[in-house]
Amino acid sequence: MTPLKAVSPRARVLLGISFFVLFVAVWAAVTFSGFVSTIFLADTIMIVQSGWKLLAQMGFAKDIGITMWRVFGGFAIAAVLAVPLGVAMGAYKPIEAFFEPFVSFARYLPASAFIPLLILWAGIGEAQKLSLIFIGSFFQLVLMIAVVVGNTRRDLVEAAYTLGCGDTGIVRRVLIPNAAPEIAEILRMVLGWAWTYVIVAELIGASSGIGHMITDSQALLATDQIIFGIIVIGLIGLVSDLAFKRVNQRLYPWARL
Amino acid sequence: MSNAVLSIRGVSRTFPAAHDGGAPTIALESTTLDAAENDFVTILGPSGCGKSTLLRIVAGLDEPSSGAVLLDGKRVVGPGADRGMVFQSYTLFPWLTVRDNICFGLRERGVPVREQLDIAQSFITRVGLKGFENHFPKQLSGGMQQRTALARALANSPRMLLMDEPFGALDHQTREQMQELLLGIWESEQKTVLFVTHDIDEAIFMGSRAMVMSARPGRIKFEREVPFAHPRHYSIKTSSEFVALKAELTEQVRAEVLASVLASVSATV
Repeated sequence: MTPLKAVSPRARVLLGISFFVLFVAVWAAVTFSGFVSTIFLADTIMIVQSGWKLLAQMGFAKDIGITMWRVFGGFAIAAVLAVPLGVAMGAYKPIEAFFEPFVSFARYLPASAFIPLLILWAGIGEAQKLSLIFIGSFFQLVLMIAVVVGNTRRDLVEAAYTLGCGDTGIVRRVLIPNAAPEIAEILRMVLGWAWTYVIVAELIGASSGIGHMITDSQALLATDQIIFGIIVIGLIGLVSDLAFKRVNQRLYPWARL
Repeated sequence: MSNAVLSIRGVSRTFPAAHDGGAPTIALESTTLDAAENDFVTILGPSGCGKSTLLRIVAGLDEPSSGAVLLDGKRVVGPGADRGMVFQSYTLFPWLTVRDNICFGLRERGVPVREQLDIAQSFITRVGLKGFENHFPKQLSGGMQQRTALARALANSPRMLLMDEPFGALDHQTREQMQELLLGIWESEQKTVLFVTHDIDEAIFMGSRAMVMSARPGRIKFEREVPFAHPRHYSIKTSSEFVALKAELTEQVRAEVLASVLASVSATV
């Protein structure tokens, strides 16, 4: 193998899929051989069966739907507020000086530690889930977006000034379009983190959702259902990530040149 | 001079010390320079002599520590569309196509789209980029990027053009091609140009006046009219007059390069 040499798209997909196959094969091997007891790790057929049962008889699809709406809802609120603030901080240094220390501080507050407080403030309803996702993603988004916008090449800004751009024109026509692909990448990444927060919120206090199903299954020692739930989260994450990537590539073809 | 388009009056620039207790750097000593309508002034000098600083001050991207820059008698206080600039680094907006890059300044001024496209198309043709209108900058060679940058600056119809070693990053053949292209445009368009370079051939071939700046702290220490008539053909580069002028300027620049080397040696001893 030559370092950094590109691999063909076809080979890339095949290689990516073959690891999944290998992973499942090893899993099947250790469970069917009895090497690991199915109490701890359900075998692959049990997973498929319990998955079917969950979806067909226990209304798991509804849980999935609820969890997805929480993730996208909380994330959308965070993004709608974080993008303008991040851009403003990246563009205007006094605004950055005002917010940056607090946001840096808030970023290190563990979102999960807010759960008891959020339950007290917002109950165990949707508001609590949305606020947890908001806390978990908002501050990260703001900081990363501010950095990306602030790192705009100075010579591009200067070129725009010599073409007659004013200060707001620089933000609107240089800083934002220049940072847009990277902002989209940041959103894609933080959306992945939002998934962890929603499950944590659902594990602790919820009456629906994937995380709630997992806690219920824990009481029944149904490892097959727990694993199926985890796999579903992974699959949704994978699909939304791919979709996000596609949209980014469509929107910003120049960024990949 | 009242008919000067550009008047640089006693402009100097001192950069504060990089660390406490250090000495401030005088990048540019009091410099005075006038450029008349359609003057093509080329400025030569060793690297670090402040020639780019001077150009940036004229562009309004840097502020002079003393003195003033006047454009048509009006003091320059910041960057503006009246002074188009072409940089040495590639400064096309990577998210815009060639055409949209050229329209950038026109759009800022609110020129109707139809008219923007007409102007852009005429400059695309002038700089020989027909067929590349919808390419993104990263799909272009360095020479093509600089041609687009030139078209982008000219499309804005600035009062004058500032060029900071615009062909410095290009290979020799492309650079000569670009010189002829720019000269051709200047001959037909007529524009006041301030052109910074370290290439002596370029300074003579392009300029109606060539200046040499001293080693840091920079100042204009030598000036020559370039006597060749327009339109100029590249073959003049081998004429005896050209060679003689080149020899004279080389001598001047060399002295400054040596001086700057000596200065840096004595500073480290």
